[in-house]
Amino acid sequence: MSPRTKPAVPELAGIEVQGMTRSAFILRSTLAAGAVYGLGAVTPFVGEALAQSGGGDVGIVNYALTLEYLETAFYERAPKGLSNGVATYVKQFGAEESQHVDALTATVKQLGGTPAPKPTFGFPDGGEAAFLKLAQTLEDTGVGAYNGAAPQIQSKEVLAAAGSIVQIEARHAAIIRVQRNQEPAPLAFDKPLTQTAVLAAVKPLITGQGPPPGT
Amino acid sequence: MTDPTPIEGGHVPGGALGELGADAASRKRFLKMAGGTGAAGALSALIAACGGGASKSAKSSSTAATQASNSGDVKIVNYALTLEYLETAFYAKVVASGLFKGGDLAEIRLIGRQEAEHVAALTATVAKLGGTPAPRPQSTFPIDNPAQVLGLAATVENLGAAAYLGQAANIQSKEVLAAALSIHSVEGRHAAALNKLVGRSPTPDGAFAKPASMDQVLAAVKPFIVA
Repeated sequence: MSPRTKPAVPELAGIEVQGMTRSAFILRSTLAAGAVYGLGAVTPFVGEALAQSGGGDVGIVNYALTLEYLETAFYERAPKGLSNGVATYVKQFGAEESQHVDALTATVKQLGGTPAPKPTFGFPDGGEAAFLKLAQTLEDTGVGAYNGAAPQIQSKEVLAAAGSIVQIEARHAAIIRVQRNQEPAPLAFDKPLTQTAVLAAVKPLITGQGPPPGT
Repeated sequence: MTDPTPIEGGHVPGGALGELGADAASRKRFLKMAGGTGAAGALSALIAACGGGASKSAKSSSTAATQASNSGDVKIVNYALTLEYLETAFYAKVVASGLFKGGDLAEIRLIGRQEAEHVAALTATVAKLGGTPAPRPQSTFPIDNPAQVLGLAATVENLGAAAYLGQAANIQSKEVLAAALSIHSVEGRHAAALNKLVGRSPTPDGAFAKPASMDQVLAAVKPFIVA
């Protein structure tokens, strides 16, 4: 499956946001001059990287990148023996999270920053029910994380990219919820989450610091 | 919510609207149809309610920047308000139709209530920005059978999510942006759940949701607006 090369709605492919097509997830290199953070923005500890509120757009995108690493790893390590319907979603959602990792990594680089290293993760053992329960927490947390961070984004291109991703997180969350016989949208307004709240939610799953990027 | 209708195979029985979004070609036809016919007078009213957004020539280049940013936000919020009015009216009509019962009806009622909450919030936001809330449009929707209704609901929700996404980067106020985002993801949730219900992919655009421009959205909802 390659959604970006085979759009489901080709007639929408040319729609522009502020004169910029969606393909501008890969940001124009002219933006790079604006925000050079480099290695300094990537703290040695994941917790601090997640907790940092500074760092501008690079900091926010690296924060999102870390969450997408987590979600990708989570779906990759789904338990065996999932029911057919769930297994299909796990494959689809995992592939989409992985594409978010790629897009956000490219965005950090285009902004002149250094992509956050991939942490190591540990997930509790369990069957399908426990897996889906944690999936719901992660996807709902992802929605709140993007919604909480997005208003702080300076670049319109980065904001458009974040919006495009958060809607997918919301769609994932809704489907996981339906699988668990929960309301897909429990509230009329999704609550934005602070980085502190998100960190508290995901910290138990982060076991260590991954290797520096490029090694 | 459980899947209540036996349409897991991905085929949506019913009229042309029921097929909307089932494949790209049908949506393309729909958009062409939407752009080519409909109540022109009512659309003009809607465009006026949205501050003239559908006309490129209406974009002001001479307005002072601050004034423009505030009126820009008012225009965007009124545009969203108009869409939420339409969604609310649609679900009210579906509930009144008697086509759904039990858990399905409860789910539709819940979604409709959430859209009504969006109407209230957006109305308050326009007022807070010093603008005049757009009037509730007169609307009409084809309500034929459960499968067709759910297919239309899915199409409307996907369109709504794309509409919010298309405006996010245009919003000036951080507060308005935060509000729009908190609604945008709920529209995305509705869209995914309804897509699943009618056998469509929950993420029809793949890993990155596609925005829709104001022009595109106004053309798509044109058939549902009456004078």
